[in-house]
Amino acid sequence: MKQSIIINGKEHEIDVDGDMPLLWFLRDRLEFTGTKFGCGSGLCGACTVHVNGQAIRSCVTPVSSLVDQKITTIEGLSENGDHPLQQAWLNNNVPQCGYCQAGQIMNAASLLAVNAAPTDDEIDTAMQGNICRCGTYQRIKKAISEAADTLAKEA
Amino acid sequence: MRSLIDIKKADIQKVDIKKAEITKTANVTASSHTNENLEKGQVNIGLGGVGRSTKHDSSDKQVAGEALYVDDRPAVRGELHAAVGQSTHAHANILSMDLSAVKAAQGVIKVITVEDVPGHTDIGPVFPGDPVLAIGKVEFVGQPIFAVAATSFDLARKAVKLAKIEYQALEAVLTVKDALAKQNFVRPPFSMTRGDSVSAISAAQHQLSGEITVGGQEHMYLEGQISTAEPTEDGGMNIYTSSQHPSEVQKLVAEVLDIPLNKVLVDMRRMGGGFGGKETQAAPWACIAALLANETKRAVKFKLARMDDMIMTGKRHPFENNYTVGFDNDGQIKGINIEVNGNCGYSPDLSDAIVDRAMFHSDNAYFLDQATVTGNRCKLNTVSHTAYRGFGGPQGMMTIEVVMDEIARHLGKDPLEIRKINLYGGEGRDETHYHQKVEHNNLAEIIETLELSSDYQARRKAITEFNANSPILKKGIALTPVKFGISFTVQHLNQAGALVHVYTDGTIHLSHGGSEMGQGLNTKVAQIVAEEFQVDVNTVAISSARTDKVPNSSPTAASSGTDLNGKAAEAAAKTIKQRLIDFACEKYQVVAEQVSFENNNIVVGEQTFTFAEFSQIAYMGRVSLSSTGFYKTPKIHFDRATGKGRPFFYYATGAAVSEVLIDTLTGEYKTLRTDILQDVGHSINPAIDIGQIEGAFVQGMGWLTTEELMWNEQGRLLSNNPATYKIPAINDAPEDFRVALLPDAPNREHTIYNSKAVGEPPFMLGISVWSALKDAISSISDYQHSPALDTPATPERVLWAVESVKARKAANK
Repeated sequence: MKQSIIINGKEHEIDVDGDMPLLWFLRDRLEFTGTKFGCGSGLCGACTVHVNGQAIRSCVTPVSSLVDQKITTIEGLSENGDHPLQQAWLNNNVPQCGYCQAGQIMNAASLLAVNAAPTDDEIDTAMQGNICRCGTYQRIKKAISEAADTLAKEA
Repeated sequence: MRSLIDIKKADIQKVDIKKAEITKTANVTASSHTNENLEKGQVNIGLGGVGRSTKHDSSDKQVAGEALYVDDRPAVRGELHAAVGQSTHAHANILSMDLSAVKAAQGVIKVITVEDVPGHTDIGPVFPGDPVLAIGKVEFVGQPIFAVAATSFDLARKAVKLAKIEYQALEAVLTVKDALAKQNFVRPPFSMTRGDSVSAISAAQHQLSGEITVGGQEHMYLEGQISTAEPTEDGGMNIYTSSQHPSEVQKLVAEVLDIPLNKVLVDMRRMGGGFGGKETQAAPWACIAALLANETKRAVKFKLARMDDMIMTGKRHPFENNYTVGFDNDGQIKGINIEVNGNCGYSPDLSDAIVDRAMFHSDNAYFLDQATVTGNRCKLNTVSHTAYRGFGGPQGMMTIEVVMDEIARHLGKDPLEIRKINLYGGEGRDETHYHQKVEHNNLAEIIETLELSSDYQARRKAITEFNANSPILKKGIALTPVKFGISFTVQHLNQAGALVHVYTDGTIHLSHGGSEMGQGLNTKVAQIVAEEFQVDVNTVAISSARTDKVPNSSPTAASSGTDLNGKAAEAAAKTIKQRLIDFACEKYQVVAEQVSFENNNIVVGEQTFTFAEFSQIAYMGRVSLSSTGFYKTPKIHFDRATGKGRPFFYYATGAAVSEVLIDTLTGEYKTLRTDILQDVGHSINPAIDIGQIEGAFVQGMGWLTTEELMWNEQGRLLSNNPATYKIPAINDAPEDFRVALLPDAPNREHTIYNSKAVGEPPFMLGISVWSALKDAISSISDYQHSPALDTPATPERVLWAVESVKARKAANK
């Protein structure tokens, strides 16, 4: 029986071994390369995507566990790269090497979905599994707060 | 996907609006470049934007997931994946190798050993010692022995596990002390001497001696090592790599394949972090991919899995340093002997220069007077340690920072007072132990400003009071300076090339020898070119660093990227600009003074052309609109035989104050606040520079606190994944973090726009956290004792230091 998965609003047949982590299905099979391979063991956060709006680590999540689930990747977070978080990221000059940033933004989006006005401590708690070797944390924190403000104004 | 140049023709024409904005911002006199007033920009900026916080040229793509890293390139037809079989012994002869099961494994297309290498088998970057694949013996756990090309990443990695290799174990050297005892060195020892340190120490009023073990550091670039090799129709190889040194990758690939350099093209678009770890150690994987691609005539991608990357690539050198110092009653150093012992791993790699830099920076910011600094390059049976932000400098500085704290506690003074009294000063106190004169030294001013702006004295008082009333939790504070020498200490590397094209629509393409790893180099160099032509910075496109555009480039390292490549690009732009001026003079019968470049226009006498119009006119007038540019750093020289010279063009300086809180029952701690004042000269891009400072500080703090490398007694790396090796996370960064650039401080040496290098120097500001931890621990005995605190100062080490100070306090009673 054919099984499928919904990625950024579009249905895709799962035509790979069910053990394959979602990350590789996204990157190698579907060429959604915005989601990055960092450590392969769910420890760095670079591969963060959403399953039904909630952040997960795609490198340790078998694709077979996600049948009919709605996946959002960085490519699907907004139409034109203009999600308030993406805007705030640009306003605050957050990215350096950029490699972890898709994961950071996806994790932050998941946070804001459940907590529209996180405190600094809440940001720390939610974001501590997404490591950034360039050390852009100061700006990540500022950008998340700024995006929360923007979303509050829009609401 | 966004286009390379995110600009429409209409944007170029909107000069009046832009001009108005520029005039507005230019009138704002920014007193200092703090985060808050970044947007105000800087005085005297031109349209090109030198001095403005132009956003990183990749940032739009990075936040949209559209920026392409090597692994994101679409696979070419028939692409294979590489993996290597690794040594399981730290030191052993290989008696036999049975690779039949590997060859028979699913998906395997080709298996090679060193016997299959057509050209050079040693890929040591400076000195020999790094076999591309093991030659009869292994010298560390994880050393590549054979390589496989298979149809998938997983199949390649599975196949290499099937080899049957018989070893004859040899004695392994696994500690620095053992290497020193056996005089087991990768390069000969070397000393730098000024005066007679032994006599000066014994003649001084006080003497102290001690030692410190300084841990290494895993780079943990989030994008691991990766290269793709694609055979060309001419028997050559195209390499797409994540490397800080494309020209070296080109050379080594050519050498292992035994083909000329002009058959190898290396393309480096961007790295997902480098930090030094991709200076020399990106090349082996490119070489192995190229060897397999050459054998199979198919494209081969070699991507290291995280654990393999951590096991098989070198790290920051761990050091074990010791000193004997003589000082007077005020705490001023009169003489010192310092020995730095770098753990280089099994091969020279860059260790000669790295230990040299540890020696050069054994003074940090302080006048040592009579000094002998000796460096040993210890050979151990571990992976070969390599460049890492600071390049030995940080490890060298740690010794003298220990000395500062020790003198302070010995004399019962605030460590800041000791640091200040030992700074390089005027005549008679301005020469280093390698005989370079310290010119334009502004550290006294920086420290004074920071001491005031951070409210150091009042906080020191408050902390002392807090500690007196808090039996378990203790606070500490420390202000530490950094003076970091800028230039490659290997003279010939201080050169750069660039290539600038102006097209007939007035857009510009820029190539330079540097590589982008997130530091914003491409953005800064584009700003410099735009400034020269006074055109909008987004009319300047930069894509990959390519060895067919700019040849024989140096690594992007030593904080020199903008200094070198910015000057080279400026030279190229100036050449084209002069041609345009000469052409305008001839065609419109004006003199050069009547030709000016402003606001995307070229003004010729009474006429004004847009830059685009004039590019077209110049083309029609048969003017060459393309030029190379070249730069070599002036003034530098160093004679290693005498240990004397001027290895550094200038020094970058800065200082930090950190305040920490420790729990004396668990050793856990938190950085409460950090204030930084950094001299970046006339900043080319304050947003990028401040980002570098913030990031470097956090990385430096991680090195000295949580990041602990561990090898077991067999030489196997235990801290081989992010679960066992802890880099700073968001909650480890200082709770209150204030970074400022020293205002109105153009570099007095003629660097590009009088800016100063920024990549490495602030890394060493992390030392303030370590010193603050010691301050907090010292408070337990009312600052009577200086705790020994090796690094990384993990909670365990902090706890041991607490216990040790408690024991000393009890013994004194």
